[in-house]
Amino acid sequence: MAKNEESTVVEASKIDARIPAGPLAEKWSNYKAHQKLVNPSNKRRLDVIVVGTGLAGASAAASMAEMGFNVKSFCIQDSPRRAHSIAAQGGINAAKNYQNDGDSVYRLFYDTIKGGDYRAREANVYRLAEVSSGIIDQCVAQGVPFAREYGGLLDNRSFGGAQVSRTFYAKGQTGQQLLLGAYSALSRQVGKGAVKLYSRYEMLDVVVIDGRARGIIARNLVSGKIERFFAHAVVVGSGGYGNAFFLSTNAMTSNASAAIQMYKKGAYFANPAYAQIHPTCVPVHGESQSKLTLMSESLRNDGRIWTPKRKEDAEAIRAGKLKAADLKEEDRDYYLERRYPAFGNLVPRDVASRAAKERCDAGFGVGNTGLAVYLDFSAAIERLGEDLVRARYGNLFQMYEKIVDENPYKTPMMIYPAIHYTMGGIWVDYELQTSVKGLFCIGEANFSDHGANRLGASALMQGLADGYFVLPYTIQNYLADQIQVPRMSTELPEFEQAEKDVNDKIKKLLSIQGKKSVDSLHRELGLIMWDFVGMGRNKAGLEIALEKIKEVRKEFWSNVYIPGKQDDMNNELEKALRVADFIEIGDLMARDALQREESCGGHFREEYQTPEGEALRNDEEFSFASCWKFNGDGVDPILLKEALDYEFIHRQQRNYKA
Amino acid sequence: MEKIINVTLKVWRQAGPKASGKFETYKLDNVSTDSSFLEMMDVLNEKLIGERKEPIAFDHDCREGICGMCSMFINGHPHGPDGEITTCQLHMRAFKDGETITIEPWRSAAFPVIKDLMVSRGAFDEIIQAGGFVSVNTGGVPDGNAIAIGKDIADEAMDAATCIGCGACAAACKNGSAMLFVAAKVSQLALLPQGKVEAAHRAKVMVAKMDELGFGNCTNTGACEAECPKNVSISHIARLNREFLSAKFRD
Amino acid sequence: MWLIDSSIGRKLIMSITGVFLVLFLLFHSCMNIVVIISPASYNAICEFLGANWYALAGTMLLGAGFIVHILYALFLSYQNYRARGGQAYAVTKNQESVTWTSQNMLILGVIVFGFLALHMYNFWYKMQFAELTGLHTGDFHPADGAAYVKQLFSQPVYCVLYLVWLSALWLHLTHGIWSAMQSTGLNNKVWLPRIKAIANVVSTIIILMFMSIPVYYLLGCGSCC
Repeated sequence: MAKNEESTVVEASKIDARIPAGPLAEKWSNYKAHQKLVNPSNKRRLDVIVVGTGLAGASAAASMAEMGFNVKSFCIQDSPRRAHSIAAQGGINAAKNYQNDGDSVYRLFYDTIKGGDYRAREANVYRLAEVSSGIIDQCVAQGVPFAREYGGLLDNRSFGGAQVSRTFYAKGQTGQQLLLGAYSALSRQVGKGAVKLYSRYEMLDVVVIDGRARGIIARNLVSGKIERFFAHAVVVGSGGYGNAFFLSTNAMTSNASAAIQMYKKGAYFANPAYAQIHPTCVPVHGESQSKLTLMSESLRNDGRIWTPKRKEDAEAIRAGKLKAADLKEEDRDYYLERRYPAFGNLVPRDVASRAAKERCDAGFGVGNTGLAVYLDFSAAIERLGEDLVRARYGNLFQMYEKIVDENPYKTPMMIYPAIHYTMGGIWVDYELQTSVKGLFCIGEANFSDHGANRLGASALMQGLADGYFVLPYTIQNYLADQIQVPRMSTELPEFEQAEKDVNDKIKKLLSIQGKKSVDSLHRELGLIMWDFVGMGRNKAGLEIALEKIKEVRKEFWSNVYIPGKQDDMNNELEKALRVADFIEIGDLMARDALQREESCGGHFREEYQTPEGEALRNDEEFSFASCWKFNGDGVDPILLKEALDYEFIHRQQRNYKA
Repeated sequence: MEKIINVTLKVWRQAGPKASGKFETYKLDNVSTDSSFLEMMDVLNEKLIGERKEPIAFDHDCREGICGMCSMFINGHPHGPDGEITTCQLHMRAFKDGETITIEPWRSAAFPVIKDLMVSRGAFDEIIQAGGFVSVNTGGVPDGNAIAIGKDIADEAMDAATCIGCGACAAACKNGSAMLFVAAKVSQLALLPQGKVEAAHRAKVMVAKMDELGFGNCTNTGACEAECPKNVSISHIARLNREFLSAKFRD
Repeated sequence: MWLIDSSIGRKLIMSITGVFLVLFLLFHSCMNIVVIISPASYNAICEFLGANWYALAGTMLLGAGFIVHILYALFLSYQNYRARGGQAYAVTKNQESVTWTSQNMLILGVIVFGFLALHMYNFWYKMQFAELTGLHTGDFHPADGAAYVKQLFSQPVYCVLYLVWLSALWLHLTHGIWSAMQSTGLNNKVWLPRIKAIANVVSTIIILMFMSIPVYYLLGCGSCC
């Protein structure tokens, strides 16, 4: 039933996504009907490790524990409820068609594929659309207080990239409510003893025995102790790698270390170049900036984006001599409306982001750094009245005012794009299993489903789909063969070796005692990433980036200063271990962006654009998922390709002009 | 507009849970009023690292006011003097040039200090584990629209559910009571038909766990509500009392 | 027993005894006001509440209510002190909405209790107690309450002491009454401000009725009539 995808060119290995045969709409049902299951008495004898407690990790851990598996759940924060899924604002998509506007599983599938610029796997995306409605039912049953209409039924809102209203929401805190739902399900299992929870623990390595993942090495962040944990299978849902850019909308502890450890143990890293830049973030204020705050994309529904028409005006604004509100209408350049008459301010995220960068790079940017554009509500206030604008966006305006100390009802807001989500990640097959047996990857950490670009309100859907409805099934197909495997001792040489490697790495880092702080090196890396591997990429820039990343790596491993000890709480050491891996991910991103000689979704190569400046895909040569295989430290990784066959959808160029 | 200020920081330093702590004073110059409080702390830590001293440990993560990780008792208030925000949303413009800022960890018997300004809030997790959920397994649930829920009920449940579990309520309470935290969850789930089924049991086990963990008794001072970064109302505490008492009287 | 083991159970006891004491105060204040209107009627009430089984039972119940309220208050305060942890904050500031009263109920309670002892000596010891034991402890007949009231409040120092006491009691009541409603769960978002207003009105009425008596005698109205 599995179908092989041919891939060659750089290495003649076969990448087999193990997609079930049959018509698209029947693949998942067929899979479930024929997969192997584990009987209840055997489930008790099987251990599963789940790293991460975001939407994917918490829901997977809870669901598997409910089924009867012994689950060990790891989170880096003090509580599972703090995972960064909590910060998602907008909503979650589901093909419920409650609004009777013609939505269907197929339409959600189609929108997701198209939004991903035809770089996702059809079978995975169809399954995602199929299970989406079950997620809403599940969350309602858990007590998630979704917004409702006066009649008592669930409310929906529309979101970018779709012509139907299929987004469910809970005020502007949908991610929080969904995560708290998953967290409560997880907590219930912890209370029952079915899940053992390890909070303030960070996974530092995967232990592979005879080609199968059999456990992890983790550091207790409070005591500093390195500990070993065995399991029959390891699931990682550790989120994305956007923090390679130093400044991103990710949380401070969001990191790529778990992913990089998997990669180094043989899991392929797929499509690292696909990173999403969100256009409506609060701009950087200065040197001490530590992270960026995202404001909901919904602001673009009523706000108009502009920069001054003349450079002199922009300069005067930057110098504080001229106020935005004083600039006359004819001196303003509503550049999105000018360039994209049909979609105007509502063009997709990547298009809006690039256009803002183009304006600022050309010298028309505002704010004290010159890296900001205006998002103006004066027309909306005139048209709708301040009260209605307040009702729609009051909480966002308040958040903006707390950060910037300017009243958005009087002065136009300033926005600038920022790294927000990474579509790339660890390669997984249809079963969400990586190229290492027994090692699974879920949520943002894997590469599946979103292709080259993710639609709004789809991240929550994917995380919960993986955790509630996909992985708990597919993992059984693997575990069914493991029932004869007894629990292994963590004294085995593989565990010993893995722990030793981790210890050696930490000792090495602590022994450098150089001159630069971890943050300053991370910031250097981030600048390189933003300048050369950010919104607009080109061959020359990417080659410079690869060189510069090499320098940062060298500088890091010879001149970093980490105070404190290993066997104690040591935040600087934690950060250093993460930055070491961000350097690796930065390298992979640049490498992947360099080889992908086309523009698609979140990946924009300046050499490949239409005469109008739009992304130009090359389906002939680049219709594949690039899978990077680790080939040893200091050695170039190997590129493998998983061909993407579009059997059911006809590919088109995205067009938002008319 | 951006201003540059100089501040003096009195920071609680404590090497570990059992170590005795004390205040250390640091001077920090040229702080931009546009930077957030935690960015100011970052700058201070960078300075300490530059001086080869150990940086100050404090909890923080999302830095946008939703994860509930940041704590810190700043100038007499959890999450600082500005209202309706968490520490990570506090900006330096809330302080004057030359001001002395006193920074302490949450102080509550149930929140032991781990290091410096970092405390353990595992007690909150334990309370949720005791009963802060609806007992449903994945799958086999009815359609999301099978039960209509009045908009006002759903909205009130949402207001309770906005709790971010930061612990400011217990930290602000002179009785070290966790009632607002517990009430927010009990109230949210008691309001919704899905949670109503086991509402009585939930109220009993969550309160029992809260008492067992050494939180104090609520005396209705309202300090929790006043300091809550998410404005969770003490009317939820009344609902918790109601749920708990009616459950006990029914027994 | 959950009324002892659980925090909400303990608060229920505080609320019930508190409400009981408020009802007593309401009755007591209504009774007292009579002394201004008609000393003779007042004495009739004093007579009625002398050494009878019902008055005695009422007194015992009242005393028990007081004792339970006080013991629970001490118990709760001790637990709350423990719950705060070993280290106190170096700097604490209250938000405006947090009243001083709400945070100092124990102190107010102690003040109220201290004056209560004086009050018992001034009146109860000389009246009901004298009647019960047959000992002649005061200057007048035990049932001549009006005379005792007039005697005491003709001394300005006692008037002032009683006014201070009643002020503390007033503060204690303003928080206590709404707090009892909150602790028993008889509250919601809409009723929260209403209940607070009701608490203020009730406690003010009680205290004004009490206060009117010393003020009345202090101004010398009692002697000219």
